[in-house]
Amino acid sequence: MSATGTVPAVAGTAPPVTTPRRRRRGGGRGLAREIIVSLILLPICLLWIYPFLWMVGASLKSDSEIFGRVGILPETPVWENYARAWYEANIGPYFFNTLIVTVAVIAIVTVTTAMIGYVIGRYPFPGKKVLVGVLVASLFLPEGYTIIPVFDLVNSLGLSGSLWGIILAESGGAHVIQIMLFAGYFRQLPRELEEAARMDGAGFLRIFWQVMLPLAKPAIATAIIMTLMRVWNSFLIPLVLTLPRPELRTLAVGVYSFQGENFTDWSGMAAASTIALLPIVVVFLLLQRYFVEGVAGAVRA
Amino acid sequence: MMQTARLGRTGGQDAGSLRQRLWHARWSYLFMLPALVLGALFTFYPMVASWYISFLDWSGLDSDRRWVGLANYREALGDAAFWDAFGRTFAFTLVAVPVMLVLALLAALALNDQALRMRAVFRTMFFLPVVTTTAIVGVVMSLIMNPFDGPLNSALLTIGIVDAPIDFLGDPNLALWSVAGVFVWKWMGMSMIYWLVALQTVPEQLYEAARVDGASRWRTHRHITVPLITPFAIIIILVTFVGALQTFPLVQAMTQGGPAFSSELVEVYIYRLAFAADSTPRLGYASAVAVFFGLTVLVLTLAQAWGIRRAGAFKRDIGGAS
Repeated sequence: MSATGTVPAVAGTAPPVTTPRRRRRGGGRGLAREIIVSLILLPICLLWIYPFLWMVGASLKSDSEIFGRVGILPETPVWENYARAWYEANIGPYFFNTLIVTVAVIAIVTVTTAMIGYVIGRYPFPGKKVLVGVLVASLFLPEGYTIIPVFDLVNSLGLSGSLWGIILAESGGAHVIQIMLFAGYFRQLPRELEEAARMDGAGFLRIFWQVMLPLAKPAIATAIIMTLMRVWNSFLIPLVLTLPRPELRTLAVGVYSFQGENFTDWSGMAAASTIALLPIVVVFLLLQRYFVEGVAGAVRA
Repeated sequence: MMQTARLGRTGGQDAGSLRQRLWHARWSYLFMLPALVLGALFTFYPMVASWYISFLDWSGLDSDRRWVGLANYREALGDAAFWDAFGRTFAFTLVAVPVMLVLALLAALALNDQALRMRAVFRTMFFLPVVTTTAIVGVVMSLIMNPFDGPLNSALLTIGIVDAPIDFLGDPNLALWSVAGVFVWKWMGMSMIYWLVALQTVPEQLYEAARVDGASRWRTHRHITVPLITPFAIIIILVTFVGALQTFPLVQAMTQGGPAFSSELVEVYIYRLAFAADSTPRLGYASAVAVFFGLTVLVLTLAQAWGIRRAGAFKRDIGGAS
């Protein structure tokens, strides 16, 4: 119950932002306050989720029904909108492109940032300060600053014809938050674990894979979610890298291009948007504590 | 105390010639390799290559790269369109960021109240836009803001706030600010979580003591909350500020910089010059703009580093957390 000063940066070990503390005593006044605050917040919150509800509603409306009304529910659901988005706007293939890119980037980024975070968190080595400084600085690089050479590099490596260009470019971006998350997590594991493993004859690699990494599950979960949030929603890199190859587009680029190409099919666009946003929203609702903890961990780190 | 003992031992390992230390740390270097190779290719090399490309006259369409020295920079600095985009980017940031941070702080103060039963639900709703794809949200928002009876205009007309539909994204005087409004909506939840983390570093005992002393809510905030979260506030403000300078997907999806370039921020301008030009793309010139803009952001980042160091000193002074 005691509030400690140090706050570990990772979900699972950190007290969640919602840690219930003792409910304030003094009944009546507190309840009145609670009701007033809730009544103020409720309409604001509805404003916050209205666009999503409207989008889902619009995806089931006929085109003539979409405009002129604030209401969300369609009179009779028009499911064809989804078929049109899936086949005509190619949302189907874009969906699988996004899935492949996301899974691959998550795998690459989780392993590489866990490795570098492990040594930054636990080992001294010459050049550490410089490395951390460069990493933190690269956090603030505008994406637009590096996109032209990235585009050029992907082309000269001959990767512009496959999803590999997008996967590598996304994996090579500054995933500093994940690195710091792992560094912070590994730093606080007791040194005795390592010493015991070394006594048993385990080398550096075995200690990492068989002792440290299994202990780092909460950090891994948080890192995966941070990467997921970033990659599923990424826009500039896939936009630029798929300019010559529309078949490689991801969902974000696909829906954006659908808008340009077919700009009167409003309900089709709403359906395409719903297909593209639904997976990330569902994942968020299931794992929201970790999403929030990831962001919270980032600001603590 | 155990910490110091450990540090002492590590200190002992650090002794010895550089070669010994490098050899001792060989596994560490090996472990950094994958991340550093990827970073080198797609982050560090592009940082340097941008400079090189900015000295070229190059369309990107062929291998014809002509060295033109500083000509691109001279042209950019004399280009009204560039300065417009540059100024617009800062105007956008200086308006959107304070509005967003204040709203987020108010929301965080309300949701930090432990007695509020629905706070997890409220928090989830505010955070939902943060996790959704910016470009797609932009597309949906341009439908909602549609001047021909989009739901936003329908609502305003019904309530009677306006008597004619507003062309939120088609009016050059309005487009940038419509995007700024959506920006605030999209990212407010993120700032709110930042503020909540900051607010929860304030020890509950301080509030209890204040309550016992009969201090008003306002005085409690003024004398306890504000001074204790100031170090966090500096970081939060600067991180948000630097982030807002780089707004690309939202603008691109909602207005593509239009109408008549009225919402063209620097990153949109760079994209247009390099990849979406009506005429021949100009990668060299776009790179010069990108480098100039990158340097500006770098200077602001250094200001931030300075701010964080100040904040660290402040934290030590008050003997605060960690």
